[in-house]
Order: sequence, then structure tokens, then C-alpha cells
Amino acid sequence: MNSAATTTPAPTATRHFRAEKFDFWSFFFTGLTGLATLFILGILATILLNILVNGWSAISWHFVSTIPKKDFFDANTTGVLPMIVGTAFRVIVMTIFVIPIGVITAIYLTEYAANTSIITRIIRAAVNNLAGVPSIVFGLFGLGFFINFVGKNMDYLLHNTTAVWGQPALIWASLTLAVMTLPVVIVATEESLKAIPPGLREASLALGATKLETILKIVLPQALPGIMTGGILAVSRAAGEVAPILFTGVAYYMASLPSHLSDQFMDLGNHIFVLATQSPNIEQTRPILYATVLVLLLLTFALNIVAILIRARVRKKLRALG
Amino acid sequence: MAEISIPKLAPQATTTADATPGAPFIEVENVSLYYGASKALKNISVKLEEKLVTAFIGPSGCGKSTLLRCLNRMNDLIDSVRIEGAIRIGGHDIYARDVDVIELRKRVGMVFQKSNPFPKSIYENVAYGLRLHGVKNKADLDARIEESLQQSALWEEVKDRLHSSALGLSGGQQQRLCIARAIAIKPEIILMDEPASALDPIATARIEDLILDLKKEFTIVIVTHNMQQAARISDRTAFFYMGELVEFAATSKIFTNPAQKRTEDYVSGRFG
Amino acid sequence: MPNQNHNSRRSHGWMGIHRGHKARPVEWLAEKFIFLVSLSAILMVLLIFLFVAREALPVFFGQTNTALVQKPIPADEVDKHSPAELQVYLEITPDEFGKMSKTTLRTLMEVKVEAQDEIPENFRNDPDAHINTTEWKYLVKPHQWDNYTKPEYIWQPVGQIKKFNIIPLFVGTLKVTLIGLLFAVPLAVGAAIYVSQMARPRVREVVKPAIELLSGVPSVVVGVFALLVMATVLQTIFHYQTRLNAFVAGLALGFAVIPVIFSIAEDALTSVPRAYTQAALALGASRWQTAWQIVLPAALPGVFAAAVLGFGRAIGETMIVLMVCSASVMSWSVFDSARSITTTIAAEMAEAVNGGPHYRILFMLGALLFVATFVSNMVGDFVIHRFKNKLEGKR
Repeated sequence: MNSAATTTPAPTATRHFRAEKFDFWSFFFTGLTGLATLFILGILATILLNILVNGWSAISWHFVSTIPKKDFFDANTTGVLPMIVGTAFRVIVMTIFVIPIGVITAIYLTEYAANTSIITRIIRAAVNNLAGVPSIVFGLFGLGFFINFVGKNMDYLLHNTTAVWGQPALIWASLTLAVMTLPVVIVATEESLKAIPPGLREASLALGATKLETILKIVLPQALPGIMTGGILAVSRAAGEVAPILFTGVAYYMASLPSHLSDQFMDLGNHIFVLATQSPNIEQTRPILYATVLVLLLLTFALNIVAILIRARVRKKLRALG
Repeated sequence: MAEISIPKLAPQATTTADATPGAPFIEVENVSLYYGASKALKNISVKLEEKLVTAFIGPSGCGKSTLLRCLNRMNDLIDSVRIEGAIRIGGHDIYARDVDVIELRKRVGMVFQKSNPFPKSIYENVAYGLRLHGVKNKADLDARIEESLQQSALWEEVKDRLHSSALGLSGGQQQRLCIARAIAIKPEIILMDEPASALDPIATARIEDLILDLKKEFTIVIVTHNMQQAARISDRTAFFYMGELVEFAATSKIFTNPAQKRTEDYVSGRFG
Repeated sequence: MPNQNHNSRRSHGWMGIHRGHKARPVEWLAEKFIFLVSLSAILMVLLIFLFVAREALPVFFGQTNTALVQKPIPADEVDKHSPAELQVYLEITPDEFGKMSKTTLRTLMEVKVEAQDEIPENFRNDPDAHINTTEWKYLVKPHQWDNYTKPEYIWQPVGQIKKFNIIPLFVGTLKVTLIGLLFAVPLAVGAAIYVSQMARPRVREVVKPAIELLSGVPSVVVGVFALLVMATVLQTIFHYQTRLNAFVAGLALGFAVIPVIFSIAEDALTSVPRAYTQAALALGASRWQTAWQIVLPAALPGVFAAAVLGFGRAIGETMIVLMVCSASVMSWSVFDSARSITTTIAAEMAEAVNGGPHYRILFMLGALLFVATFVSNMVGDFVIHRFKNKLEGKR
């Protein structure tokens, strides 16, 4: 905070390094900004504690493993199994699409592209813009492009009499999420590629390897932990998003678990929204609501932990030997 | 304690410098190199002979490393580089339009200033190049890896831990591993860019001994800022200054009786 | 020493280098493939804009007509009008039009005639019933509707006469966003200054990931918190009328935006060269004085960019405001409820008839939102780019 207030106890010293006056403004503003930091952390703690305390009592094995009936405001019979399955499915399908495209794009940007060329700058600008698009606009995109254009045309080409692909479905929701989380994967992969020292690439090329061989055999294996980080971030982000799936695949109520890519699905985030805003008796619904939130956070947390563990193992393996 | 031989530090003509000169193998003809607009190499012409050690010496920034990297076309990796003139190896212009750079680099290996072993095991490091060029049979791999590690005087130290990480070796050992890696694919020419500058004197001495040994089988071009090193191990020396080749002759002549005044100033330490 | 013989043998070995780049088709193919995949990012941005705008185009070109009372075209006159006119009149897309047979068209037109006949007399005299409410002047300017005392901006897309004025939505968005930013920017920038300039490095290692954890909390969860906890708490403190209002939504929105602003501002402050800080400290300045007088001014472009990007994030946020506010009230008071553009799209899309005017106007709002965030993103990124260049280039 203040400059050190010490006095040198040397016998003949005439200089004292003591602050001349108490610097009020420094103290005040340092305290203020420190308080700001504490306040933010306090908010985080409050939210998490609030959920933990309220949700813990309502959670049970029955709760997470039951498929609820149409009235899910009844605390005794309700369950969230289909929501868990729906959320997990859509996140997994999304990962299958977003990781390859994101990694390949990042490889292009770091390994092949000339930094000054216009195309590179446009791609980078596009990635930055994708990152800033509001989530509801992604929902509209999913509706306007995937469902109304791709899906409808698929139905037409496959001669489907009723709408199979031209309506909200798991695949469209997952693809919409893949577009949304693409920047996350690209940035994380790029960071990990840049962290690899150029000397390794030079050594490989000097031995007569082609650029592709160098990337596949030396660079990518090294970058694997970073790529997995990107995947983790994408998954965490996507699991909690509701707006993009509102018109692309989520359903208010489904009697059974989703089994095809063309099925609609229930979702934890959407369920939270429904419970919070459409409940006939908020007091009765409160415990179910908190329990569902807790399940969502635990699910995201668990997905994160699993991915972090896998990443740690990959790191260890890379460090030990090739 | 292991016996360590410290080489003589006085520049003596203990090399085969005065032996019959080899046939010209690498011919650099009027080569100029531009980084964008600035000219880094100015009209260099020199003929390097096979199975000899040629040293490039000169003060920092004089272009010796740049010329070295032209010989295996590593400068291709830099976007703004433009080259004029011709470089012929074995009579073939390596910058011809139809040249496959990969094949070139199979024949011209390189060892870098900062050792750069792959984050793999010692075995895998040496096997990498071999696998690239078609050696798949395990027995073959084992044999050639042992041969290269023997040649780079590393075998005794690592034979019991071939599958441990290469990053666990000391600096000098890592550099010798990089040399083993480079010679495993049996190039004809080895380019060395200040290979011992990051090492302590004992490790440096080991590498220098190694180079004298390798000379029997490979043509070596070494860039060094250490004049004593050049005098110790090279047969021919080229002195560069500010992008120009000032003088090229037998090492003993460069160090005892140079023809150019600039050369004399440099080797006697008046600048550099 | 090797001579003529050896030379020719050596030379022969070196013939192998003349394989040329055509010898490696896989490389070449892989490179092209990688390039094409990378273009997908650009493609997606274009597609998003194209397909969202596509659904909204009919509104832009004045091809929708929501007037309740329209002069019906008799079914017999089906041939006297161009396909384009008929499409607008019947509210069908060109695709659907192409797939319909003449008889189907005639049936549709007859249905329309009947519908017109069924409109009760009192409605027919209502001036509002003749208005095409999707014309631009009704979308943005206030209008005095029947049963109202003065011109009002009204967004009420249900009922007989659908009112589509988008101004209340803009006001709602602005209200909530401004409150959110007013709350979030000082807090986030203050914390960024503290963490990057004044706290010990160890503190930074703990606090930075913790605040980033806040950004990992899904917005539905923040919305629940706002709905159940904040709303009640704030009402007890401030004693206002409506419990669920723009103020609560704005604060909650601020929570969600703080991590973004903090992250970028903190990055900007940390990238100011240490030489500046050390020079000031060596002259005897306190940490606060250094931060306020030297570092913050140097990092100002980056901090400004953080606020701009936070703004972009805030106007795009949907779930929080959706859960807290429900009514679309045109009021500048922060203690009234508010509907933002995003929440309107989210809440009403499910009820909008696919292809109908309501549907198209919602898409139009989405397109406008896209353009707004696109612009704010470009500005933010541009400023950061220049800022980083200045620090690194002209040092």
C-alpha cells in the first residue's frame, strides 16, 4: 500500500525513511479497488453457495434417474433424467463437429498462413466476430439455415412425406452450438500451437520431413493438451447455453429419451428456465428448481473434471517419452 | 573419474589441411540473398570440397549462418527471402525449379546452435529420420540407431536408457543426440550452425573430437564464431564480413599468413 | 582423393533431387484441404447474416401486409395479378407458390374473401383496421391507435390489430444494458487495476481464475439467482413497485458481463511495459499513483475496448433478462419492467407463425442485433489491435 514506513536504526544516520504523511488517496483507492475485487468474488461465492445450500437437500438418486410425467412441478414424481441425457447428447455431438474444424483452422492459421496476407486477416476477423455474436442470433441462424434450408431440402431430397429433418432436431441444435463454440476451440488450439518452439519444426524439416509430416508427427502430439483445453472450454460453454437451442431442438416435454439425431430433446438449462418462469406455485417448485441447477452445475463440473484428467494423463505421457 | 582430453588451445596445423585438396563438391556461384529490400549476402562465390571440414568465420551478422542455411534451403521457410545466383551440389543446381526439397535435405543434414531434440525417447529421436525415409524393420532400426549413437560417441552413455526421454540428457549429450539423429539417415553433407556455442568447454571438446572423426565419412561445413575452434578442426576456412566473402583458403594459411588485411585484423583479434 | 570417377557416381546420386514438387500430391492436397476448412469461419459469418436477413427480407421490401381489412381479390381474378402480388396477398413464400396448383390458389383466395366478409361491422369502421402495421413508419414512429389518448410506441404482436413498433424494445435493451454497464465497468476495471497493479503476484494467480469461474456460470443460473434472491433483496432495500424490473435485470446482467470486461482490462493493464511502472516507483510514487497516473492512461485504449466488448456481450444476453422481466412496457423508468430485443425474440418466436409477419419482424430484429454486435466487435478489436501495436511497435 504505502511506501515502506521504516526507520533505519543506524547510530549515526540522519536520514529516516518514514513516510512524511499518510497518503490518504493512495490508501483510499487501493482499498476501493481491493473492495471491488472482493465484491466480485463475493457475488460468485454467494451464487454458488445459494445454489449448493438450497439444491443439496432436494437432490436424490431418484431425482436424477427418473423420467418425469407431464407435470414436472410435482416434487414427488419429478425427475431430470431426460434433461441430463439431452444435454449430454447435444454436447457430445457438438464436440464431434467442432473439434476437427477448429483444430484444422488453427493449424492453417499458425502453420500455413502468411501473417500478412489478406485472407488470413479476414479469417481472423471472422473468428473474432463469431465470438461476439449474441446467442439468440445463433438460434435464429439455426432456424433459418439448418432447419428451414438444409433440413427442408433434405426432406425434399429424401422424399419424406412428413417433416423429419425440416423441424427442430438434436442434430441442428448440436450444429448450431458447434458454430457458436468454434472460436473457443480455434483460439485455444492456436495458443498451444504457438507455444511449441520453432526449433522442433526446423529439426524435423532439416531431416527431410514434409510440412504435413512435421505437423502430424511432432507438432500436433505436443499440442494435444491445449486442444483438449479448448474442447473443455467449448463443452462448458455449450452445456449451459439455452438461447441457441430454444428454437432448434429443445422441447418442453418429451415422454421418452432422445434416440435419433432427428429427435427433439429436453435440456437442463431449458428446464431451469421453464421451472422458474412457468411454475404455478413458486414455493413448491423452489427445491426442484435449485436441484436442477445443481445438477447442471455438477454435470458441467464433472465433464470438466473428466476432460482435465484426460489432459493431465496426455501431458504426463508426452513428458515421459514419445 | 572418466578421462577427459583437453585439446591444445594454440592454433596449430594439426588437421589434414595441407593434404591433397578434395574435389569440389558444393559450388556457390555469385549468390546474393535479400531479406526483403536489404541485401544480406553480396555476390558470394566459393567452392567447398568433399570429405573436408570447412569453417565459416566472421563477426556477428556477417552472413555466415545465412549462407549455411542456403545450402539445405532452410531459408525457404522465411517469407521475405529472395536468392540470386546458383548453388550446385554434385553438379546439380539445388534451386532449380524441379528440385524436391525433401530429397535435398535427405542428403544435406543440419545441426543447430541450440540443441532441439524432440520430446520423445532417445531411441525415437534417432528413429524419426530413419522412419521418414523408409526404414521400418525393427532389427534394421536398432542396428542403425546403435551405429549412429556409436558414431556420435553417445552410445556408451545411453545404451541402457534408450527409451527414456531425450530431454533428460545434459546439454552436451543432447547436442550429440542431435548429431546422431542427423547422421543416422546418412547424408553426404552435414551443416553445423555454431553447434558448440551453448556448451561448456568439456562438452565442446567432445564435439570437436567428434567432428574430426566424422570428417572421414561426411563433408562438414561448420559456422563458428570461435576462431580457435576453426583453427583446431577445419581444413579450409572462409572469412565473411558484412555479407561478403573476404577470403577463402586452407586454414593454416588463413591463420598464419592471410592474404587480406581484413582477415588478418579479424584473426588477430583487432575487431570482431 | 576422389576424382573424376567418384564425381560422376556422386553426381548420379544427386539426380534424385530432381523429383519436383509434383512428387508429393498428398502434401499438396492436404494443404488445399486445410485451407478450405479454414475458410469455413468466414463462410459461417456470411451464412449467419444471409440466412437471418433472408427471413426478414419481405419486411424490408414492404412485401408484407397485416392490414386487417384489405380489399379482397375475387378468386376469379387469380390470373390478373402477378405471382409476386399473389404471394404477398396470400402470405406464402415463392417456393410454396410454385408448388401449388391453380385450384389450390383459388381455394385460398376464396377463403380470404370469406375471412374478409366475416369481419364485424364495427371493426370495419375502425381506422386502425386498414393499416398495414408492418410499414416502416409504424415500426419506428409513434402512432395514435384507437382507444389511446395520444400517440404511443406499442409493441403488441397479438390480437386483431398487431402492433409492431420496435422502439420499446430498443429502449428496453438500452435500459438494461446501461444499468448493467454502469454497474459492471467500475467494478471490473477497479478489480483489474487492483489485481494487475497493486496486489502481490500470488493474488493474481488465485483471483484471475476465480473471476473467470464467474464467466463459467451459465446465464440461466444467474437468472435464477436474480429471480429468486436478488429481486426480493433489492425490493426490500429500494421499496419500488414492480418487483421484477429492469433494475434487477440490469444488475444481474452486470454480473454476467463483469468477467469479460475484467479479463480484457486486466490483460491491457498487464501489457503496459514494466519499464513504465518501475520508473515511476523508482521516483518514489506509490503503487496507486503509478497505477492511476502512468499505467491506466497507457492502457486506456485496451480498457476502453474492454468496455466496448462488454457492451456487445450485454446487448446480446438473453436468458437473464428473459427470466426477470416479462412485460414490454415503454417507459424510461428503470423500476418498470422491460423487454429487450433478445428476450422478445426468445419469448415470441415459438408463437409466431412460420413465415408470418411477426416471424419476419423477429428475424429482422435478429439481423439488426447481429449488425450492432458486429460493429461493436470490429471497433473493440480494432482498438485493441492498434493499442497492442503501439506498445510493441513504437517502443
